[in-house]
Amino acid sequence: MSFRPDHEIHRRRFGRNLGLGLALAGFVVLVFGLTVVKVSRTGDMIAEQARDGAAAP
Amino acid sequence: MTRTRAFDPTDRAPGLEAGFGDYVALLKPRVMSLVVFTAAVGLLVAPVPVHPVVALASILFIALGAGASGALNMWWDADIDAVMRRTARRPVPAGRVSADEAMAIGLALSGIAVMMLALAANLLAAGLLAFTIFFYAVVYSMWLKRLTPQNIVIGGAAGAFPPVIGWAVATGGVSVESLMMFALIFMWTPPHFWALALFMKDDYSKAGVPMLTVTHGRRATRRHILVYTLLLVPVALGAGLTGLGGPAYLAISCVLNLWFVIGALRIWRRDEAAAEADGYRVEKAVFRFSLTYLFLQFGAFLLEHALRLLGLGGW
Repeated sequence: MSFRPDHEIHRRRFGRNLGLGLALAGFVVLVFGLTVVKVSRTGDMIAEQARDGAAAP
Repeated sequence: MTRTRAFDPTDRAPGLEAGFGDYVALLKPRVMSLVVFTAAVGLLVAPVPVHPVVALASILFIALGAGASGALNMWWDADIDAVMRRTARRPVPAGRVSADEAMAIGLALSGIAVMMLALAANLLAAGLLAFTIFFYAVVYSMWLKRLTPQNIVIGGAAGAFPPVIGWAVATGGVSVESLMMFALIFMWTPPHFWALALFMKDDYSKAGVPMLTVTHGRRATRRHILVYTLLLVPVALGAGLTGLGGPAYLAISCVLNLWFVIGALRIWRRDEAAAEADGYRVEKAVFRFSLTYLFLQFGAFLLEHALRLLGLGGW
């Protein structure tokens, strides 16, 4: 069984799709990382406020 | 706003399929590298520490915004890019990406970059990024570039904003330090681009762009390079007297500025015959040095900050 060799256009399309896929994956990782940082900081702030509130007379 | 269409913006050259690299080129990666560096310095030298993930994300979104404005510039300027030797191989004039596609990418990425920077950092930083994109795409590309020989002088503000945005990401505000970084890039831009215009001889006149070389002649351009370089010196040294500076910065800045002034003096003293005879050797050397100058100036801010953290830098 023989496969036809890819045309230049197909190679370019594959490169474009791969590049876009990797860029989107990177974006997802970045947003996930940001979310983790923001959520953990908000958690810290809430805990701090609760501590301050408990300490207040 | 006058613009001559050299080709149908919806047309891509037949048989040409854009690769991923063409879309990357649309974002002007070399300009982006300067934006990333100056924004990173603005963010890192600020007195408020930023979480590394927030810092990384913010710099990426600032770079994305800069890239988006580059794509909008390539969409609008496709007609003049096509006739300039320096820009004729860009993806739009070369027919690998249609002008309309470039506009769509530019608008979409602008929206994403501004929105994400607002979420990652704060509204001021996002607002400054939005204004920078507007300034570069509309004020510079659509309005000033084809209207006045002062295009580079005023348009230089667009490239001067990244460190201010970086500073705003960290502090949530604008201060004299971030304004000095702005002023440094703002004053550096005209001599940098006019040196380029001197050796890109026919490009701007062929494209009908009213660069100083075209409207006021090459002698006047040489004089302007010297004057703006002399004006740059007090700005660069003045930045060293703010919270950004210190002995190390000032020492490095003195050497860099002396070097730049010597280069500008050499450009000013030459005439066209001498420049043509050696293939614009001095002009090309000053243009290349001006890039090094900016990287080292901002590198010196960073060095001074690092020394300050070790208890060795600052005033």
